[in-house]
Amino acid sequence: MTTTLAPPQARAAKRPVRLFRNLMSKIALVPMILTALVIFVGGTAWTVVYSFTNSRLLPRLEFVGFDQYERLWSTARWVISIQNLALYGFLSMILSLVIGFTLAALLDRKIRFEGAFRTIFLYPFALSFVVTGVAWQWILNPDFGLQNLVREWGWTSFTFNPLNDPDTVMFGLLIAGIWQGSGLIMCIMLAGLRGIDEDIWKAARVDGIGTVKTYVRIIIPMMRPVFVTALVLIASGIIKLYDLVVAQTNGGPGISSEVPAKYVIDYMFRAQNLGQGFAASTMMLVSVLIILVPWAYLEFGGKKRG
Amino acid sequence: MKLTTKLLAATCIVSASAASAIELEVTHWWTSGGEAAAVTKFAEAWNATGNTWLDGAIAGSGGTARPIIISRILGGDPMAATQLNHGRQAEELIEAGLMLDLTEVAEAGNWAEIVNPPSLLDSCTLDGRIYCVPVNIHSTQWLWLSHAAYETAGVPVPTNWTEFVDTAPALREAGLQPLAMGQQGWQQNLAFGAITLAVAGLEPWSEVTINKNAEVAAGPEYAAVFEAVVDARELARGSNVQDWNQATNMVITGTAGAQLMGDWAQGEFAVAGLEEGVDYSCLPGLGLNAILDTGGDAFYFPVNRSPEITAAQLELAALLISPEVQVDFNLAKGSLPVRGDIDMASANGCMQQGLEILASGGVLPSGDQSLTPDSQTQIEDLMAEFWSGSMSAADAQARYASIIASAD
Repeated sequence: MTTTLAPPQARAAKRPVRLFRNLMSKIALVPMILTALVIFVGGTAWTVVYSFTNSRLLPRLEFVGFDQYERLWSTARWVISIQNLALYGFLSMILSLVIGFTLAALLDRKIRFEGAFRTIFLYPFALSFVVTGVAWQWILNPDFGLQNLVREWGWTSFTFNPLNDPDTVMFGLLIAGIWQGSGLIMCIMLAGLRGIDEDIWKAARVDGIGTVKTYVRIIIPMMRPVFVTALVLIASGIIKLYDLVVAQTNGGPGISSEVPAKYVIDYMFRAQNLGQGFAASTMMLVSVLIILVPWAYLEFGGKKRG
Repeated sequence: MKLTTKLLAATCIVSASAASAIELEVTHWWTSGGEAAAVTKFAEAWNATGNTWLDGAIAGSGGTARPIIISRILGGDPMAATQLNHGRQAEELIEAGLMLDLTEVAEAGNWAEIVNPPSLLDSCTLDGRIYCVPVNIHSTQWLWLSHAAYETAGVPVPTNWTEFVDTAPALREAGLQPLAMGQQGWQQNLAFGAITLAVAGLEPWSEVTINKNAEVAAGPEYAAVFEAVVDARELARGSNVQDWNQATNMVITGTAGAQLMGDWAQGEFAVAGLEEGVDYSCLPGLGLNAILDTGGDAFYFPVNRSPEITAAQLELAALLISPEVQVDFNLAKGSLPVRGDIDMASANGCMQQGLEILASGGVLPSGDQSLTPDSQTQIEDLMAEFWSGSMSAADAQARYASIIASAD
């Protein structure tokens, strides 16, 4: 009561300046804010600016307009890279979510040895993409790997050689990518499932709703934030797809498993053409923005209005 | 107090011994059997001077190693010396003042007189100053033939590319791979280059590669080249190895008839203990044109702040081109020496053929010396796509011509 009745001038004097509220935590945030501004925003702006120059091994400011972009989009390797990433991204998004959620739901059915299964499924995630790529290169090698094994068992006409065929090589990469990444998605989904109140299940059971229907109609809509987290993780993994390709196929056969990130690295350092590499990385940024901006608008803009 | 004194004394000893024996880190991408044997010759010669050679081999061919080397130099963590292919790869690094000027050593050693062909030294020179030491000459127009494979197929060993193409069906019938080919862009590009020079001849080649004349690249001489490359692609079908030495190994073991590879393949045959003329033979210029290009490896010395290391760098530069080291190194590597004044009598038949061509002046600058890494990468990408797929000769030629048109 006393505070609300205090004279206006006294209130004004006591009210802290907004900037200094929680001063300590703001000071603690300064390094991170600077890092974000200088390294992420600054570095991005620098890259975009230099993508309009004819920089070769060293950056130099000689502007050439959209030349680098014209060359980029008329290069077969870049177009193939984009197509490959789109295919890989689409399938990897769907399969990771489906496999991750299915595994999590199965583990959530109170099975025995849940801990052991969880560890087994999460284990591939502990390996780097390079190890994953090399391991799957061996597994998919027709002379030593899976094909050879099945043939030794007696099925001599069995053919499974995805990595040496330009039409199927992306599926070979996808197998390795899913194997590595779905364990993490499973863990996130499992955490989400554990967050669902037991009473919801009881209510659903009382109403006589089947298990699958309960998952699809009730549980999944309730897990929306978990799905968003999983989506962001999968999407960032797709965009930066590089090391898996280098280790498993090195873009081959020919250029049929090239990806945009590899184009950027190859043109920046191997071809010593920074301008071209920057143009390619700017296009990667633009494609991310095209997907991200409408989504962010729907996700966060909507709440503000509501 | 006692401990501090001891530590100080220890530090003094360490720094004193470091001053007398300089440790130089040398990066290179010589990792196959024959290459590793050759680089050991350098290391032994350098260690014999009382200094230490710290070997920084980077596996995975030049395409992998060069970005690592260049980013280390640009990032301010330079090695003491590094291999690069001389030519245009280090052009901008020199312009930026990141490479040590070797002109004084070169003048003292009279490199201008002894280096043959002189184009090698020209590639190391920028504005009259010398920035690298050429250590060997590599030519890429060689066809390596396995006698064992031809014995199995029951046909005589061919003496040029045309005969090789004609005998290929016999090899296929015998269940052998006619042409061994590693599935990497640079090897496919090398094969393309070798076939170009052999089929089109010198005039159109230099018009395209040196003068960047896109009309010639789109013209009839090059149309014949692309037809020949389509043939070669068919002969290489089924060869799924990756690295060049795995492909060479197919020729060594007689499971493949031939390989198009540079003269460094010689080192692999030597390590395997095969004898030239008995177990394998070589055709410089594919047996059609006695012309070899003269690319090669050179050592660059990134600028270093420490004066001791700089002095040692100059010493190493002089050592690498000294006569004894040149002989030892090039015999092991299978490459030709950069000096015209040394005795290579102990070299085998293949190298003698190469030396003869070199002496008679049938030499060309290599693609590395004429084209920027940017154009090279574009051509390699095109070749990777071409060799692995079913692109037609006409399409490939059109794409090639447009790369040449935009080259600088």
